[in-house]
Amino acid sequence: MTEQKEKKYIRSHEPIFWGLFGAGGMLTAFLTPVMILITGLLIPLGIIDKGNFNYQTLHSFATSWYGAAIVLVLVALPLWHTLHRIFHALHDLGVKRGRDWQQVLCYGFAFAVSVFTFTILLQMF
Amino acid sequence: MNQKIIEIDILRYRPEEDDHPFTQTFDVPYSADMSILEALQYIKDHLDSSISFRWSCRMAICGSCGLMVNGVPKLGCKAFLRDYFPKRISLEPLANFPIERDLVVVMDDFINKLEEIKPYIIPEKNEAGDKKCLSEGAYKQTPEQMEKYRQFSMCINCGLCYAACPQYALDKKFIGPAALTLLARYNRDNRDAGSAERMKIVNQEEGVWGCTFVGYCSVVCPKGVDPAAAIQLLKVESSKDYLIGMFKPE
Repeated sequence: MTEQKEKKYIRSHEPIFWGLFGAGGMLTAFLTPVMILITGLLIPLGIIDKGNFNYQTLHSFATSWYGAAIVLVLVALPLWHTLHRIFHALHDLGVKRGRDWQQVLCYGFAFAVSVFTFTILLQMF
Repeated sequence: MNQKIIEIDILRYRPEEDDHPFTQTFDVPYSADMSILEALQYIKDHLDSSISFRWSCRMAICGSCGLMVNGVPKLGCKAFLRDYFPKRISLEPLANFPIERDLVVVMDDFINKLEEIKPYIIPEKNEAGDKKCLSEGAYKQTPEQMEKYRQFSMCINCGLCYAACPQYALDKKFIGPAALTLLARYNRDNRDAGSAERMKIVNQEEGVWGCTFVGYCSVVCPKGVDPAAAIQLLKVESSKDYLIGMFKPE
Protein backbone atom coordinates (compact mmCIF):
# COMPACT_ATOMS: atom_id res chain seq x y z
CA MET A 1 0.00 0.00 0.00
CA THR A 2 1.30 3.46 -0.83
CA GLU A 3 1.73 5.92 1.99
CA GLN A 4 -1.12 8.42 1.94
CA LYS A 5 -0.20 12.06 2.15
CA GLU A 6 -1.68 13.76 5.21
CA LYS A 7 -4.41 16.08 3.96
CA LYS A 8 -4.46 19.68 5.12
CA TYR A 9 -7.57 20.39 7.14
CA ILE A 10 -8.81 23.93 7.69
CA ARG A 11 -10.79 24.53 10.85
CA SER A 12 -14.06 26.42 10.38
CA HIS A 13 -14.98 29.33 12.67
CA GLU A 14 -18.62 28.31 12.40
CA PRO A 15 -18.86 27.14 16.06
CA ILE A 16 -18.98 30.80 17.26
CA PHE A 17 -21.81 31.72 14.92
CA TRP A 18 -23.57 28.40 15.37
CA GLY A 19 -23.45 28.92 19.15
CA LEU A 20 -24.99 32.40 18.86
CA PHE A 21 -27.47 31.04 16.31
CA GLY A 22 -28.49 28.23 18.64
CA ALA A 23 -28.83 30.47 21.68
CA GLY A 24 -30.80 33.04 19.69
CA GLY A 25 -33.04 30.37 18.22
CA MET A 26 -33.80 28.98 21.63
CA LEU A 27 -34.73 32.43 22.95
CA THR A 28 -36.80 33.26 19.90
CA ALA A 29 -38.69 29.98 20.08
CA PHE A 30 -39.48 30.26 23.78
CA LEU A 31 -39.86 33.97 24.43
CA THR A 32 -41.23 35.54 21.25
CA PRO A 33 -44.64 33.82 21.59
CA VAL A 34 -44.80 34.98 25.21
CA MET A 35 -43.93 38.56 24.28
CA ILE A 36 -46.51 38.56 21.48
CA LEU A 37 -49.07 37.14 23.89
CA ILE A 38 -48.40 39.86 26.46
CA THR A 39 -48.03 42.92 24.21
CA GLY A 40 -50.35 41.82 21.42
CA LEU A 41 -53.21 40.14 23.29
CA LEU A 42 -53.20 40.34 27.07
CA ILE A 43 -52.58 44.11 27.31
CA PRO A 44 -55.01 45.17 24.53
CA LEU A 45 -57.65 42.86 26.03
CA GLY A 46 -57.11 44.48 29.41
CA ILE A 47 -56.20 41.22 31.13
CA ILE A 48 -52.85 42.69 32.15
CA ASP A 49 -52.96 46.22 33.51
CA LYS A 50 -51.59 48.68 30.95
CA GLY A 51 -50.21 50.76 33.79
CA ASN A 52 -47.40 48.27 34.34
CA PHE A 53 -46.09 49.06 30.86
CA ASN A 54 -45.79 52.84 31.01
CA TYR A 55 -42.54 54.64 30.14
CA GLN A 56 -41.40 55.14 33.73
CA THR A 57 -41.68 51.47 34.72
CA LEU A 58 -40.00 50.24 31.56
CA HIS A 59 -37.27 52.87 31.85
CA SER A 60 -36.51 51.90 35.42
CA PHE A 61 -36.46 48.24 34.33
CA ALA A 62 -34.00 48.95 31.48
CA THR A 63 -31.76 50.98 33.78
CA SER A 64 -31.42 48.27 36.41
CA TRP A 65 -28.41 46.04 35.77
CA TYR A 66 -30.45 42.87 35.34
CA GLY A 67 -33.06 44.64 33.19
CA ALA A 68 -30.36 46.01 30.92
CA ALA A 69 -28.82 42.55 30.61
CA ILE A 70 -32.19 41.01 29.71
CA VAL A 71 -32.91 43.68 27.08
CA LEU A 72 -29.44 43.27 25.55
CA VAL A 73 -29.73 39.49 25.35
CA LEU A 74 -33.28 39.68 23.98
CA VAL A 75 -32.26 42.07 21.22
CA ALA A 76 -28.81 40.73 20.34
CA LEU A 77 -29.18 36.94 20.33
CA PRO A 78 -32.27 36.66 18.10
CA LEU A 79 -30.54 39.12 15.77
CA TRP A 80 -27.47 36.88 15.48
CA HIS A 81 -29.84 33.99 14.91
CA THR A 82 -31.70 35.77 12.13
CA LEU A 83 -28.63 37.00 10.28
CA HIS A 84 -26.90 33.62 10.51
CA ARG A 85 -30.02 32.10 8.96
CA ILE A 86 -30.10 34.77 6.24
CA PHE A 87 -26.42 34.18 5.48
CA HIS A 88 -27.02 30.45 5.02
CA ALA A 89 -30.27 31.00 3.13
CA LEU A 90 -28.32 33.06 0.58
CA HIS A 91 -26.11 30.01 0.03
CA ASP A 92 -29.18 27.76 -0.22
CA LEU A 93 -30.70 30.08 -2.83
CA GLY A 94 -27.51 29.78 -4.84
CA VAL A 95 -26.23 33.35 -4.38
CA LYS A 96 -22.59 32.47 -4.90
CA ARG A 97 -21.14 35.91 -5.54
CA GLY A 98 -19.22 37.62 -2.74
CA ARG A 99 -19.64 35.12 0.08
CA ASP A 100 -17.03 37.11 2.05
CA TRP A 101 -19.04 40.29 1.71
CA GLN A 102 -22.28 38.52 2.54
CA GLN A 103 -20.62 37.29 5.71
CA VAL A 104 -19.25 40.73 6.61
CA LEU A 105 -22.64 42.37 5.98
CA CYS A 106 -24.71 39.75 7.86
CA TYR A 107 -22.56 39.26 10.93
CA GLY A 108 -21.35 42.88 10.77
CA PHE A 109 -24.96 44.06 11.03
CA ALA A 110 -25.68 41.76 13.97
CA PHE A 111 -22.48 42.91 15.67
CA ALA A 112 -23.15 46.61 15.01
CA VAL A 113 -26.70 46.47 16.37
CA SER A 114 -25.54 44.49 19.40
CA VAL A 115 -22.90 47.15 20.17
CA PHE A 116 -25.45 49.90 19.48
CA THR A 117 -27.93 48.36 21.92
CA PHE A 118 -25.19 47.93 24.50
CA THR A 119 -24.12 51.60 24.28
CA ILE A 120 -27.68 52.89 24.43
CA LEU A 121 -28.36 50.79 27.53
CA LEU A 122 -25.12 52.01 29.07
CA GLN A 123 -26.06 55.64 28.33
CA MET A 124 -29.37 55.32 30.14
CA PHE A 125 -27.75 54.60 33.48
CA MET B 1 -60.20 -11.77 -15.23
CA ASN B 2 -58.47 -8.70 -16.52
CA GLN B 3 -54.92 -8.27 -15.33
CA LYS B 4 -54.39 -4.88 -13.70
CA ILE B 5 -51.60 -2.86 -15.29
CA ILE B 6 -49.38 -0.19 -13.71
CA GLU B 7 -47.44 2.26 -15.86
CA ILE B 8 -43.80 2.79 -14.93
CA ASP B 9 -41.76 5.63 -16.43
CA ILE B 10 -38.04 4.99 -16.35
CA LEU B 11 -35.39 7.61 -17.02
CA ARG B 12 -33.02 5.92 -19.45
CA TYR B 13 -29.54 6.88 -20.53
CA ARG B 14 -27.22 4.74 -22.61
CA PRO B 15 -24.03 6.79 -23.00
CA GLU B 16 -22.98 5.11 -26.26
CA GLU B 17 -26.20 5.96 -28.13
CA ASP B 18 -28.08 8.72 -26.29
CA ASP B 19 -27.09 12.39 -26.15
CA HIS B 20 -29.53 13.04 -23.31
CA PRO B 21 -31.45 10.94 -20.81
CA PHE B 22 -35.03 10.23 -21.94
CA THR B 23 -38.12 8.67 -20.39
CA GLN B 24 -39.42 5.27 -21.48
CA THR B 25 -42.78 3.93 -20.28
CA PHE B 26 -43.43 0.28 -19.48
CA ASP B 27 -46.72 -1.50 -18.71
CA VAL B 28 -46.18 -3.92 -15.86
CA PRO B 29 -48.81 -6.39 -14.56
CA TYR B 30 -49.74 -5.14 -11.12
CA SER B 31 -49.86 -7.21 -7.97
CA ALA B 32 -50.06 -5.86 -4.43
CA ASP B 33 -47.00 -7.73 -3.17
CA MET B 34 -44.68 -6.66 -5.99
CA SER B 35 -41.78 -4.37 -5.08
CA ILE B 36 -40.33 -1.76 -7.41
CA LEU B 37 -37.23 -3.93 -7.73
CA GLU B 38 -39.34 -6.92 -8.78
CA ALA B 39 -41.10 -4.67 -11.31
CA LEU B 40 -37.71 -3.73 -12.74
CA GLN B 41 -36.75 -7.39 -12.92
CA TYR B 42 -40.03 -8.10 -14.71
CA ILE B 43 -39.24 -5.36 -17.23
CA LYS B 44 -35.73 -6.72 -17.79
CA ASP B 45 -36.98 -10.32 -18.20
CA HIS B 46 -40.07 -9.67 -20.33
CA LEU B 47 -40.10 -6.20 -21.86
CA ASP B 48 -36.65 -4.73 -22.44
CA SER B 49 -33.51 -6.63 -21.58
CA SER B 50 -31.27 -3.61 -22.19
CA ILE B 51 -32.36 -1.81 -19.02
CA SER B 52 -29.66 -1.45 -16.33
CA PHE B 53 -30.09 -1.21 -12.57
CA ARG B 54 -28.14 -2.34 -9.52
CA TRP B 55 -29.51 -4.88 -7.07
CA SER B 56 -28.40 -7.78 -4.97
CA CYS B 57 -30.11 -8.88 -1.76
CA ARG B 58 -33.81 -7.95 -2.31
CA MET B 59 -34.23 -7.33 1.45
CA ALA B 60 -32.81 -3.89 2.34
CA ILE B 61 -29.46 -5.18 3.52
CA CYS B 62 -27.06 -4.61 0.63
CA GLY B 63 -28.00 -1.01 -0.22
CA SER B 64 -27.58 -1.48 -3.98
CA CYS B 65 -31.02 -0.68 -5.38
CA GLY B 66 -31.38 2.99 -4.34
CA LEU B 67 -33.31 5.08 -6.88
CA MET B 68 -35.70 8.01 -7.07
CA VAL B 69 -39.34 6.87 -6.94
CA ASN B 70 -41.57 9.80 -7.93
CA GLY B 71 -38.71 12.09 -6.91
CA VAL B 72 -38.17 10.53 -3.47
CA PRO B 73 -35.00 8.52 -2.73
CA LYS B 74 -36.02 4.94 -1.92
CA LEU B 75 -34.70 1.40 -1.99
CA GLY B 76 -36.35 -0.46 -4.88
CA CYS B 77 -36.77 -3.56 -2.72
CA LYS B 78 -38.42 -1.67 0.13
CA ALA B 79 -40.93 0.33 -1.97
CA PHE B 80 -44.04 -1.46 -3.24
CA LEU B 81 -46.30 -0.92 -6.24
CA ARG B 82 -49.38 -0.98 -3.97
CA ASP B 83 -48.36 2.34 -2.43
CA TYR B 84 -48.59 4.04 -5.84
CA PHE B 85 -51.19 2.06 -7.80
CA PRO B 86 -53.29 3.06 -9.77
CA LYS B 87 -51.13 6.17 -10.31
CA ARG B 88 -48.09 5.76 -12.52
CA ILE B 89 -44.62 5.51 -11.05
CA SER B 90 -41.59 7.43 -12.25
CA LEU B 91 -38.18 5.91 -11.64
CA GLU B 92 -34.98 7.90 -11.94
CA PRO B 93 -31.39 7.28 -10.89
CA LEU B 94 -30.41 8.65 -7.46
CA ALA B 95 -30.26 12.45 -7.47
CA ASN B 96 -26.95 14.28 -6.88
CA PHE B 97 -24.91 11.45 -8.44
CA PRO B 98 -23.70 11.34 -12.06
CA ILE B 99 -25.58 8.77 -14.19
CA GLU B 100 -23.47 5.88 -15.39
CA ARG B 101 -26.22 4.10 -17.32
CA ASP B 102 -30.03 4.04 -16.92
CA LEU B 103 -30.66 3.69 -13.16
CA VAL B 104 -27.02 3.02 -12.32
CA VAL B 105 -25.12 5.97 -10.80
CA VAL B 106 -21.42 6.67 -10.25
CA MET B 107 -20.83 6.25 -6.51
CA ASP B 108 -17.08 7.05 -6.54
CA ASP B 109 -17.34 10.35 -4.68
CA PHE B 110 -19.44 8.75 -1.94
CA ILE B 111 -17.11 5.76 -1.57
CA ASN B 112 -14.05 8.06 -1.42
CA LYS B 113 -15.72 10.06 1.36
CA LEU B 114 -16.49 6.90 3.32
CA GLU B 115 -12.81 5.94 3.10
CA GLU B 116 -11.60 9.44 3.90
CA ILE B 117 -13.09 9.53 7.40
CA LYS B 118 -10.96 6.57 8.60
CA PRO B 119 -13.85 4.12 9.08
CA TYR B 120 -12.00 1.63 11.26
CA ILE B 121 -11.05 1.35 14.91
CA ILE B 122 -7.81 3.18 15.60
CA PRO B 123 -6.51 1.51 18.76
CA GLU B 124 -4.86 3.32 21.63
CA LYS B 125 -1.06 3.28 21.60
CA ASN B 126 1.14 2.76 24.67
CA GLU B 127 4.25 4.84 25.55
CA ALA B 128 6.37 2.83 23.13
CA GLY B 129 3.93 3.68 20.32
CA ASP B 130 2.66 0.13 19.98
CA LYS B 131 -0.93 -0.97 20.12
CA LYS B 132 -2.17 -3.49 22.65
CA CYS B 133 -0.88 -7.00 22.00
CA LEU B 134 -3.37 -9.77 21.28
CA SER B 135 -2.11 -11.65 24.37
CA GLU B 136 -3.19 -8.72 26.58
CA GLY B 137 -6.79 -9.63 25.91
CA ALA B 138 -9.77 -8.22 24.08
CA TYR B 139 -11.06 -4.64 24.00
CA LYS B 140 -14.07 -4.81 26.26
CA GLN B 141 -17.35 -3.00 25.78
CA THR B 142 -20.45 -2.82 27.94
CA PRO B 143 -23.96 -2.80 26.40
CA GLU B 144 -24.24 0.88 27.43
CA GLN B 145 -21.02 1.72 25.61
CA MET B 146 -22.27 -0.09 22.53
CA GLU B 147 -25.60 1.72 22.66
CA LYS B 148 -23.73 5.03 22.18
CA TYR B 149 -22.93 4.21 18.55
CA ARG B 150 -25.09 1.19 17.63
CA GLN B 151 -27.75 3.12 15.71
CA PHE B 152 -25.09 4.91 13.63
CA SER B 153 -23.50 1.57 12.71
CA MET B 154 -26.67 0.34 10.96
CA CYS B 155 -25.90 2.25 7.74
CA ILE B 156 -25.89 0.12 4.57
CA ASN B 157 -24.23 2.77 2.36
CA CYS B 158 -27.14 2.97 -0.06
CA GLY B 159 -26.60 6.68 -0.71
CA LEU B 160 -30.26 7.71 -0.29
CA CYS B 161 -29.23 10.42 2.19
CA TYR B 162 -26.86 11.95 -0.39
CA ALA B 163 -29.67 12.00 -2.93
CA ALA B 164 -31.85 13.73 -0.31
CA CYS B 165 -29.27 16.26 0.93
CA PRO B 166 -29.73 19.76 -0.53
CA GLN B 167 -26.32 20.82 0.80
CA TYR B 168 -24.57 17.97 -1.01
CA ALA B 169 -26.53 18.98 -4.12
CA LEU B 170 -25.12 22.50 -3.86
CA ASP B 171 -21.57 21.59 -2.92
CA LYS B 172 -20.02 18.21 -3.68
CA LYS B 173 -17.14 19.01 -1.31
CA PHE B 174 -19.50 18.51 1.66
CA ILE B 175 -18.59 15.21 3.31
CA GLY B 176 -22.27 14.40 3.62
CA PRO B 177 -24.65 12.50 5.90
CA ALA B 178 -23.60 8.83 5.66
CA ALA B 179 -19.84 9.46 5.89
CA LEU B 180 -20.24 11.85 8.85
CA THR B 181 -22.52 9.33 10.56
CA LEU B 182 -19.93 6.61 10.07
CA LEU B 183 -17.36 9.00 11.52
CA ALA B 184 -19.60 9.55 14.54
CA ARG B 185 -19.99 5.80 14.86
CA TYR B 186 -16.20 5.35 15.31
CA ASN B 187 -15.71 8.48 17.43
CA ARG B 188 -18.41 7.28 19.83
CA ASP B 189 -16.90 3.80 20.14
CA ASN B 190 -14.99 3.37 23.43
CA ARG B 191 -12.47 0.98 21.80
CA ASP B 192 -11.40 3.71 19.40
CA ALA B 193 -8.70 6.32 20.06
CA GLY B 194 -8.81 8.09 16.70
CA SER B 195 -11.18 10.93 17.63
CA ALA B 196 -8.49 13.61 17.49
CA GLU B 197 -7.56 12.62 13.92
CA ARG B 198 -11.17 12.51 12.80
CA MET B 199 -12.14 15.79 14.51
CA LYS B 200 -9.89 17.58 11.99
CA ILE B 201 -12.23 16.33 9.27
CA VAL B 202 -15.33 17.22 11.30
CA ASN B 203 -14.13 20.76 12.09
CA GLN B 204 -13.84 21.84 8.46
CA GLU B 205 -16.35 23.98 6.58
CA GLU B 206 -17.06 20.93 4.39
CA GLY B 207 -17.23 18.77 7.52
CA VAL B 208 -20.22 19.11 9.83
CA TRP B 209 -20.47 22.85 9.18
CA GLY B 210 -21.67 22.23 5.64
CA CYS B 211 -24.89 20.91 7.17
CA THR B 212 -27.80 23.26 7.87
CA PHE B 213 -29.95 20.60 9.58
CA VAL B 214 -32.55 20.21 6.87
CA GLY B 215 -33.10 16.69 8.20
CA TYR B 216 -34.31 15.08 4.97
CA CYS B 217 -31.45 12.53 5.20
CA SER B 218 -33.06 11.07 8.32
CA VAL B 219 -36.49 11.02 6.66
CA VAL B 220 -35.35 8.95 3.68
CA CYS B 221 -32.96 6.62 5.54
CA PRO B 222 -34.30 3.06 5.08
CA LYS B 223 -32.52 1.78 8.21
CA GLY B 224 -33.55 4.44 10.74
CA VAL B 225 -29.94 5.54 11.23
CA ASP B 226 -30.82 9.24 11.70
CA PRO B 227 -27.74 10.83 10.10
CA ALA B 228 -29.03 14.33 10.95
CA ALA B 229 -28.80 13.49 14.67
CA ALA B 230 -25.26 12.15 14.25
CA ILE B 231 -24.22 15.38 12.55
CA GLN B 232 -25.82 17.57 15.23
CA LEU B 233 -23.98 15.58 17.92
CA LEU B 234 -20.76 16.09 15.97
CA LYS B 235 -21.48 19.83 15.77
CA VAL B 236 -21.55 19.94 19.57
CA GLU B 237 -18.27 17.98 19.67
CA SER B 238 -16.76 20.31 17.08
CA SER B 239 -17.80 23.36 19.13
CA LYS B 240 -16.15 21.89 22.24
CA ASP B 241 -13.07 21.14 20.16
CA TYR B 242 -13.09 24.75 18.93
CA LEU B 243 -13.19 26.12 22.48
CA ILE B 244 -10.38 23.82 23.60
CA GLY B 245 -8.42 24.78 20.49
CA MET B 246 -8.67 28.47 21.43
CA PHE B 247 -6.81 27.88 24.70
CA LYS B 248 -4.58 25.06 23.54
CA PRO B 249 -3.48 25.76 19.96
CA GLU B 250 -1.53 22.97 18.26
